Amino acid sequence: MIASCADPKTLEGLTWLMCYLTSGKHVLFYLSFGTVLVLLAVTAPVALLFGFGGAMASRSRLAPLRWFGRIYTSMVRGVPDIIFFLFVPIALDQAFEWLRARLYCDPSVPIRQGNEFVVCTAAKLPLSSSPEWVHQTYGFALAVIAFAIVFGAFAANVLYGAMTAVPRAQLETAEAYGMSPRQVNRRILIPQMWTYALPGLANLWMILIKATPLLFVLGVEDIVYWARELGASKTSAYSYPHGDWRIYYFLAILAFYLLMTWGSERIFDRIRRRLSSGQATAAGEAMRKAAT
Amino acid sequence: MNQCLQTIQDYALRSIGLGEWMLPRSDFTLCQQITLIGSGLIWNLYFGVLALFCGFFLANALAVAKIGRNPWLRKPAEWFIFVFRGSPLFIQFFLVYEALVMLPRAGIDILGLTIQTSWVTKAWAGALLVLVLNTAAYSAEIFYGALRNLPKGELEAADAYGMSGWSRYRRIVWPHAMRLAWPAYTNEAIFLFHATTLVYFSSFPAFRQQGDSLYYANYFADKTFNPFVAYPIVAGYFILVTLCLIAIFGIFNRRLNRHLPGAATRLRYRPNLVR
Repeated sequence: MIASCADPKTLEGLTWLMCYLTSGKHVLFYLSFGTVLVLLAVTAPVALLFGFGGAMASRSRLAPLRWFGRIYTSMVRGVPDIIFFLFVPIALDQAFEWLRARLYCDPSVPIRQGNEFVVCTAAKLPLSSSPEWVHQTYGFALAVIAFAIVFGAFAANVLYGAMTAVPRAQLETAEAYGMSPRQVNRRILIPQMWTYALPGLANLWMILIKATPLLFVLGVEDIVYWARELGASKTSAYSYPHGDWRIYYFLAILAFYLLMTWGSERIFDRIRRRLSSGQATAAGEAMRKAAT
Repeated sequence: MNQCLQTIQDYALRSIGLGEWMLPRSDFTLCQQITLIGSGLIWNLYFGVLALFCGFFLANALAVAKIGRNPWLRKPAEWFIFVFRGSPLFIQFFLVYEALVMLPRAGIDILGLTIQTSWVTKAWAGALLVLVLNTAAYSAEIFYGALRNLPKGELEAADAYGMSGWSRYRRIVWPHAMRLAWPAYTNEAIFLFHATTLVYFSSFPAFRQQGDSLYYANYFADKTFNPFVAYPIVAGYFILVTLCLIAIFGIFNRRLNRHLPGAATRLRYRPNLVR
């Protein structure tokens, strides 16, 4: 790091704090904020895609597909999301390893031995010989999938509601013009549903932001992990001894989240105004009146 | 069957410290898992019911403070709601736990009385406090929205009858606001019960392995490496809790709407994901 920080025991006051806050572990802490942002950036579009699929499936004319869509959209209503966050990564991990065991292992050895789930070394995921970052990325990827499945179900709820909120007359007019169901979907339904979906999606984004600390529960080295690690009291064996400072670290995380949600709220207000203009809704009407 | 009855006797109240001391270590039966996870549900219900009850009153006070004109009341209410709605519950648990741990161990002396502080770091008190504050903030925002959407005509009618202040609030404003807010508040109640599963996953330690339903489900899933039994059991329990909540809130909803034509229609639960 910085040359003057070579011997932290001799430092005092502000310089001590400067050196403390730029130590190697702290840089990892700052980078873990990036982990949260990456999670948000990856999960949001994937979840939207899942939600779109779920909503389309529950409107489908094929009964099995519709049932699948209905079950998927309604599963998050009654069950706490954290159960899915705990369940999905383990279940996926075991599913992958089971499939690989089928390919690479001796089939005569059972995989479930009593209370153990054992696959041969060749089927382990990630391989025990792979470097540390592969393990971390794999864990993170499982977490992303879990988030995407749960928030996809939430988004499917929102999008399904938005699709049914598009005025029937619009769709009937399109049909009267001789458009096929697919054309109606693409040209009329989907462009119009966003204004109805936006409040729900905005809420969902807020929930997603506030769900990101659950990464810690999934064993990813995220901001909560580092806050606990760095904040715990350090004896003089460490280069920067201090007492229990966890509360300050958590206050910093709190400020980060408040900033995120506050900023998002402002952006959504702006988008809401743009999408409402020219729509046959109360908000659009109010804008039209204000303009004249 | 007899074995299962024995298991129920041993573990049905394990989560509050009654019954068998040791948790099962091996050869987990389905009966053990269902019983122990069900026993953990006691804590979820404890947190959910008490937080909802206390939070309801606090939320009403906050909503009135936020809609009022007095800035000395409005600003703190706005900030309280902003902080608790804008940050993750998970972080709130950590933060409050760390804050409570910093209280002096020996207790605080006030006018010669020593107030014990060790109990506040226990989950039953500390986590309950967080949940109350959290649900109060979310509910306050719902009630505030309802207060803003009161029909102007009703307030004018109340004025015309010469009502003001408390009687106007109690007879006109509050019942109507509750009626408007009730569907969203039902949703909030469901989310609150779901949020109670977070208690033992954050900083509050489970005292002598007395945890909530998810704590035990996680215990079984860790021990058996099999998530396909324990987690669906918790999920099943929570679906039951959710259905009960919808039924109970539906009764209140019918009572709130009983003067309206077509009030007999039941509450249509549409999760609008306000959280």
